[in-house]
Amino acid sequence: MEGYISLFIKAVFIENLALSFFLGMCTFLAVSKKISTAMGLGIAVMIVQTITVPANNMIYHALLKEGALGWMGLDSVDLSFLSLLSCIGMIAALVQILEMILDKFFPVLYNALGIFLPLITVNCAILGGSLFMIERDYNLGESVVYGVGSGFGWALAITVMAGVREKLKYSDIPKGLEGIGITFISAGLMSLGFMAFSGIQL
Amino acid sequence: MSDTKKVLTEPLVNNNPITLQILGICSALAVTSKMSTSLIMAVALTLVTACSSAAISAIRNHIPSSIRIIVQMTIIASLVIVVDQILKAVAYDVSKQLSVFVGLIITNCIVMGRAEAYAMKNPPLASFMDGIGNGLGYSAILVIVAFFRELLGSGKLLGIEILPLIKDGGWYQPNGLMLLPPSAFFIIGLIIWTIRQVKPNQREKADFKIMDIAHGEGGHH
Repeated sequence: MEGYISLFIKAVFIENLALSFFLGMCTFLAVSKKISTAMGLGIAVMIVQTITVPANNMIYHALLKEGALGWMGLDSVDLSFLSLLSCIGMIAALVQILEMILDKFFPVLYNALGIFLPLITVNCAILGGSLFMIERDYNLGESVVYGVGSGFGWALAITVMAGVREKLKYSDIPKGLEGIGITFISAGLMSLGFMAFSGIQL
Repeated sequence: MSDTKKVLTEPLVNNNPITLQILGICSALAVTSKMSTSLIMAVALTLVTACSSAAISAIRNHIPSSIRIIVQMTIIASLVIVVDQILKAVAYDVSKQLSVFVGLIITNCIVMGRAEAYAMKNPPLASFMDGIGNGLGYSAILVIVAFFRELLGSGKLLGIEILPLIKDGGWYQPNGLMLLPPSAFFIIGLIIWTIRQVKPNQREKADFKIMDIAHGEGGHH
């Protein structure tokens, strides 16, 4: 239990996908102009991340890992090089299915998240989460916690960023630095703030 | 021929994928603490972009538009697997340092963006050139950022000592911040500022204009 809590804290703060690994940066910078849209996207990422990381974990351990096909008599087959293809396929399929389910059963949520869901397939935070899960060899329980935690951390980062940018538009910024330039620099400062967590030992 | 040249050089400064279109930033920030990793990343991304654009453009008339994203993804993912396996075989250390970021070329917006915006409408050779051009634009920013980070952060370039460090009896005190992730944000922000200072037409319009109080209505009390 303790291990799961520390993994969660680590995924949210210390190894924040957006601010210490720079994953999902394109959407992070493009969709952080307003708090409400940023929050919507953040929640969508969190939901997708929570589903895809454990799903990829199951596929990896059941089919791709070296020796995973032992039950078929193929002891020495190592398909782990296919993990990139299977991960991205899984993510694209799950996002599509999620979109259909939301459309059918939760139309309010679907309308709120609508435009962001298809975008999420190409969000590197999602694929990155699955690849980190494979690289660090998490088991199923850990992968669920890691999925929730990393998604929550990303949502937290983009919401905070949107808050900063909403205030930032009233400030007097040098010409040329306006817009994306100052956004980069403030993201850098935020990331510097998150570095403070890296001293925590869990 | 002039078209090819334009396709090749336009993305370098005038339409740079990173500083103007804000695409493909994730990996640009994460792998730039050393020159060697960022050079390899730049080459890998340029090759993948060029080859995937050419391949997608070659079959562009046969892809049904409803499943085009999946088709593009599959082509890109297959190319990235090839790159990943080659790196693991030839340069194992570097591939360990790049960890997941080689795999993340799949979701790099530059690759998808060029496939969608250019390769679906143009013949294979032009798409190949466009891929190379955009890859070079990405590489240029990557190499500039890595140059400053490695030089100021550890006094080295490509692992060769340039500024002798104090701890080895030299004079340079390395700036630890440059090795940390946030410095990449600052350097890219400053690069964007520099480019927009030279090319004012790339500047963005402010959402909110600050009123000049001395000449505005606020001047009379």
